[in-house]
Amino acid sequence: MWLVESRTTFRRARVLASLCVLVAVPVFLALAVYLSGGPGSGQGPLFLDTASHNAIFTALAGLAVTMPFFIPLAVAIVAGDSIAGEASLGTLRYLLTRPSGRSRLLLAKGLVVGLFCLLAALTVVVAGVVAGVAFFPHGEVVTLSGTTISFLSGLGRSLLAGLVVGASMWGLASIGLFISTLTDVPIAAMAITVGVVIVSGILDGVSQVDFLHPWLLTNYWLAFADLIRDPIRWHQVWKDVVLQVGYVVVFSSAAWARMTSRDVVA
Amino acid sequence: MAIETHGLIKAFGGVRAVDEVDLAVPAGSIFGFLGPNGSGKTTTIKVLLGLLNPNGGSWSLLGEPMPQATMSALPRIGALVEGPAFYPWLSGRDNLARLDAMGPRGRALAGTRGARVGGALERVGLTAAAKKKYRAYSLGMRQRLGLAWALIRPRQLLILDEPTNGMDPQGTREIRHLVRQLGAEGTTVFLSSHLLSEVEQVCTHVGVMHRGKLLMQGPMDQLRASAAPKLRVEVDDPARAAEVLGRLGMSCLALEGHQVVGALDGVKPEECCRRLVEAGVAVRMLLPEQVSLEDAFVALTGEGFNVAG
Repeated sequence: MWLVESRTTFRRARVLASLCVLVAVPVFLALAVYLSGGPGSGQGPLFLDTASHNAIFTALAGLAVTMPFFIPLAVAIVAGDSIAGEASLGTLRYLLTRPSGRSRLLLAKGLVVGLFCLLAALTVVVAGVVAGVAFFPHGEVVTLSGTTISFLSGLGRSLLAGLVVGASMWGLASIGLFISTLTDVPIAAMAITVGVVIVSGILDGVSQVDFLHPWLLTNYWLAFADLIRDPIRWHQVWKDVVLQVGYVVVFSSAAWARMTSRDVVA
Repeated sequence: MAIETHGLIKAFGGVRAVDEVDLAVPAGSIFGFLGPNGSGKTTTIKVLLGLLNPNGGSWSLLGEPMPQATMSALPRIGALVEGPAFYPWLSGRDNLARLDAMGPRGRALAGTRGARVGGALERVGLTAAAKKKYRAYSLGMRQRLGLAWALIRPRQLLILDEPTNGMDPQGTREIRHLVRQLGAEGTTVFLSSHLLSEVEQVCTHVGVMHRGKLLMQGPMDQLRASAAPKLRVEVDDPARAAEVLGRLGMSCLALEGHQVVGALDGVKPEECCRRLVEAGVAVRMLLPEQVSLEDAFVALTGEGFNVAG
């Protein structure tokens, strides 16, 4: 059932468009760095100043640039639309009388949104590597720790970084899924989900509430940089994954409770 | 019983949209679920299908208690609820195939899917538009696609909510024909409609909803009988005739020029004729009047076919 659901989802214009944007950002970034003539001043987003060193770093810079906004936005669109979109079209009543089963349907929707998170992040990595190979050197990679690893190993690590970034979106995805069960207006669910990211990002920047920071959705989002150290520092990445799984458990349960008890009015 | 409810209640913010409804839809019947817009028909159907949680009462579909039997009873029930709803960015064919695959046994049904989708589209006359995007469908075509979905698997019960909405006269006729055909094949059809004529033409049974209440249900003839048969006479002396007929026991007598109309109330027309002649009234015409379903409905609800407030 989730296979059918994913096939339908990935045929939607808006989903394809959001993936296109995620391809365009690293390509544009590589082009801009290439045309401006090499490394920047060391300011700006993570990895941006080293984007021209190696194709792998172009991909990582792409991740760092899309992580705060583009990827969460795409995830919010797909997650917010998941149930609310069906409700607003009226297709929810036909799915439920099919009958697809309320829990099964939610599970299928959740799996597809989770899959989309991974795919969105990997899209950025692949587009970044391809753009990087086109413009910049693609030999051995100098890690953040100063050691050198082979390009292939670097490629593996950048794909791993993509997966970690994708998994970092799962918490957000489950929040979006939950909000999507609350309303019949998909745009409202999307907007509120984006709002959650913004609020979390703001709180993360306020040191007066630092006791909250370890619990914030966005707190470990840039931990993927640790994968480019040698040896890999798993500590932050691990914390991120645990936190995300925690969010998934809480909000998926809430979504399930709501989904299995709600009146389908629309 | 194909559908049975006991004291079914659904309230929205304290207002009862469905108010202690006791439906009994016999298996094999074509049951017309009649009522003006806003009388609670669609809400009742949504409760029946498990989309809305009732505030009280119990119900069963095809003999199985709901909502426990949702997953076992619903596959045998085809439903068109509150109009069709499909994905605008998929074709009619793809929409049916996707929905058919979205559920338990989705893979087991895959082998016959292409043939069933094709057959259902054929049956509602959509074969030519099968590959068109749903977005480009007209209202009538969308309605047809909704019907095709209801017919995609062999069903024991069809619940059709206003199936001819937005259809042209030709389409309406085809649907009527289809419903008769399905009824003849042994499928129970539960047809909700606000159109008296539609129900009168195809249904064997009828239930009348009004402001959330089920006013009556039973075989079609019972509804017709629930309005008093009338007698119309044309005479030389209407006042005298009214007096004679009133003495005989007829009620609601009204004078219309040389004519007198009234409810028979069990008095035989031939008896009326004899008495009138005996009383020296010259009878030019005497006509027992056929009661239309609309008259019966008005007699039942005491008001016209307007939207309930």
